[in-house]
Amino acid sequence: MSRDLTLELKFRDPARARELAEAMQRNLDAIGREVSVMHVCGSHEQAIARFGLRAVLPRQLRLIMGPGCPVCVTDGPEVDEAVALARQGVHVCTYGDMLRLPGTSRSLADAQGDGGKVHVVYSVDQAVELARAHPADEVVFFASGFETTAVATAAVALTAVPENFSILSVHKYVPAAMDLVAESKESKIEGFVAAGHAAIITGWGIFEPFARKTGTPVVVAGFEPLDILAAIVKLTELIRDRKAEVFNAYPRCVTREGSQPAQQTLWKVFETRTGKWRGIAAVPGGNLDLRAGLAHLDARKRFRIDTVPVRDDEASGLERECLCGTIMMGLAMPHDCPLFGKACVPESPVGACMVSSEGTCRIWHTYGGAPDLRAVGAAST
Amino acid sequence: MCLGVPGKVLAIEGLVATVDFFGVRKELRLDIVDEPVTVGDYVLNHVGYAIRRIPPGEVQETLALFEQILDVSGAREDLMAADVRGEIAAGQATATVRAKA
Amino acid sequence: MEKVVQKIGLKHGSGGRAMRQLIEEVFLELASPVDGIGLGALDDGAALRVGDQWLVVTTDSHVVHPIFFPGGDIGRISVCGTVNDLAMMGATEPMALTCAVILEDGFLRADLERIRDSMKAAAAEAGAPFVTGDTKVVGKGECDGIFLNTTGVALTRRVVTDAGLRPGDLLIITGHVGDHGMAIMSKRHDLGLQGDLRSDVAPVNGLVRAALAAGGDDVVAMKDPTRGGVAGSLHEMAAKGKVGVIIEEQAVPVRDQVRAAADMLGIDPLLVANEGKAVIGVRAASAEKVLAALRAHPLGRHAAIFARAIDERPGSVILDTGLGKRLLAEPEGELLPRIC
Repeated sequence: MSRDLTLELKFRDPARARELAEAMQRNLDAIGREVSVMHVCGSHEQAIARFGLRAVLPRQLRLIMGPGCPVCVTDGPEVDEAVALARQGVHVCTYGDMLRLPGTSRSLADAQGDGGKVHVVYSVDQAVELARAHPADEVVFFASGFETTAVATAAVALTAVPENFSILSVHKYVPAAMDLVAESKESKIEGFVAAGHAAIITGWGIFEPFARKTGTPVVVAGFEPLDILAAIVKLTELIRDRKAEVFNAYPRCVTREGSQPAQQTLWKVFETRTGKWRGIAAVPGGNLDLRAGLAHLDARKRFRIDTVPVRDDEASGLERECLCGTIMMGLAMPHDCPLFGKACVPESPVGACMVSSEGTCRIWHTYGGAPDLRAVGAAST
Repeated sequence: MCLGVPGKVLAIEGLVATVDFFGVRKELRLDIVDEPVTVGDYVLNHVGYAIRRIPPGEVQETLALFEQILDVSGAREDLMAADVRGEIAAGQATATVRAKA
Repeated sequence: MEKVVQKIGLKHGSGGRAMRQLIEEVFLELASPVDGIGLGALDDGAALRVGDQWLVVTTDSHVVHPIFFPGGDIGRISVCGTVNDLAMMGATEPMALTCAVILEDGFLRADLERIRDSMKAAAAEAGAPFVTGDTKVVGKGECDGIFLNTTGVALTRRVVTDAGLRPGDLLIITGHVGDHGMAIMSKRHDLGLQGDLRSDVAPVNGLVRAALAAGGDDVVAMKDPTRGGVAGSLHEMAAKGKVGVIIEEQAVPVRDQVRAAADMLGIDPLLVANEGKAVIGVRAASAEKVLAALRAHPLGRHAAIFARAIDERPGSVILDTGLGKRLLAEPEGELLPRIC
């Protein structure tokens, strides 16, 4: 095994993980009640799920998956736009995560089945190459992701791209969602685990005014199991000591100032706008739109996107009953929602919590509750 | 969000680096990386773009930070003499900021 | 809004829940009672009683894209897939193979001959003779270059199903996981990945013969982890055997380069297809013996005991990561690179 891989594995050491879990337990014992904290990052949830970390968390700790998956919070009508473009004969390129994400009635995978030219790409560059290879066709990049991913889109927008290339931006901006959750008077969230890779771009300093304003501690975390556990230990310690501070537990990647080249690129191309996040709310400053000066690259300005044939207005009406936002704030459980398991199922989800394979509602629907696996298999060992 | 994997830079040509990810190589764009990158550096890849140059020694520093978190949270018997711990803490640029509110 | 008509999607062919539902809802109707294992069992193949033996029959269509990939091609897969399905039923001596090919107008003859050569080589490795075939050519755009179907038949004295697990049984994987699917994926989405990502496509009947010789009746369940990967196979084995299965993740053999590519694309190697592996369920008492026999075979050097059957949570697959446990979901649809 290479030396590098060995180093990486140090962040997965089970013995150290147990020590961190014990430290967490001690902090919670000192607090003496149930505590809810939120992470706002789909990759954190993926890592937590992949490594089975929920099974080592103390029972008094509720670790809630916040509105942190840019795919899940992409709104149905936004997907409808991409589906409509594919129907209009335009090549639509997008990341693999977006292919099966449902619009109000159809996904891009469905559009593909209907003969639409839909391409899964790993990088925005592949979309640009496709445009170069098909100069007579229009190629649209359906651009999803938080600021980390938006920077890559922005970098391409600033280069000489072919004339037949444009961008349908559904990029989202993380700090806006944290504001929304923290400012809700009813929110039971006492601390945030902030997304390490978004913070590479923006820097951890961006969370200081947030922590001050809301009185909520923030810990920036990386994505290896020990990164996440150490961050939660620190977060519970700050909650115990009632310190509304920002702590950077991912210093190998995140600095206070963030990446200046990335920020310059990002804001040259994008500006924030209020946007609807699926099942949650209109998030002030939550969407990243192309600036007016880049109208030639903006698919919304370039095409007359007709979503009427692919839109299900009845389905978008259901959203008014969706409790996703409340569930994410720790105020409701899936079975409190009138849609759960009825109008809202994994095959046709209404809210973000049912879209993500790790969303609270999806887990409850698939497994009939949050499974407790701590003791499973112990008897036959 | 934002899947990111670290890899080692093998070669650079203009704004494109060839990066080794433990046995798989891929070309990454360097347009938006935070600092100048040279051959031998580690960078973090997100959707084909290097988004961060990981400074040498940072991996060890992160591990030291975990030790510190454990100690402050009082998880373990005090195996480390206080002065040694103090040295680590002093050398560690922590990002803790006291809230004014 | 226009009315949404139910259509078949790619997810219905990916070896996961959607595909199983489609088969159950549409094709199970064709099943009728047989003396042995028929369509109703939804196993790798059928087993029909012939005298004091079993005639095992299986059929498989191959539509891999790209046609040529590192480590193999559609011809090699078409032979190995069928030979391996026979072997998973305990029939390791293929009696005969058939070959039906559908070609697209304009397909290169040189490519067809290359595919033929690789079928010939794989059939020789497996000891399986081709006995009949069929050729059709369709218009441009009516198929993607070449579609290949092979059917295999073999006799065996004992049939091994995929339903035989009991609590306490151990599960062996015969080698590294995820090689085939990762090799294909690295070529399919223009990911620009370079490195030694090669398909493992190979006939495993010889390997399985060694396992059966060592374990005898204690080899109780087998499955080849193709589409849906090891996770898909374990889900079927757990559901049909009415047991839970716990995987010890640290024990799963994965090549460094496959893990690196999987990490980069956000894909779990346990969900990725294999074409030269078997998941073998063994009574605990014989597990070490079977493992040793597998490791003595050239295709089984990296075999490992990686999971066990339990009486809790029947039908579930649980992954113990060393840090904690979680339920491993049944694979759904085609694997795609992720950004999140």
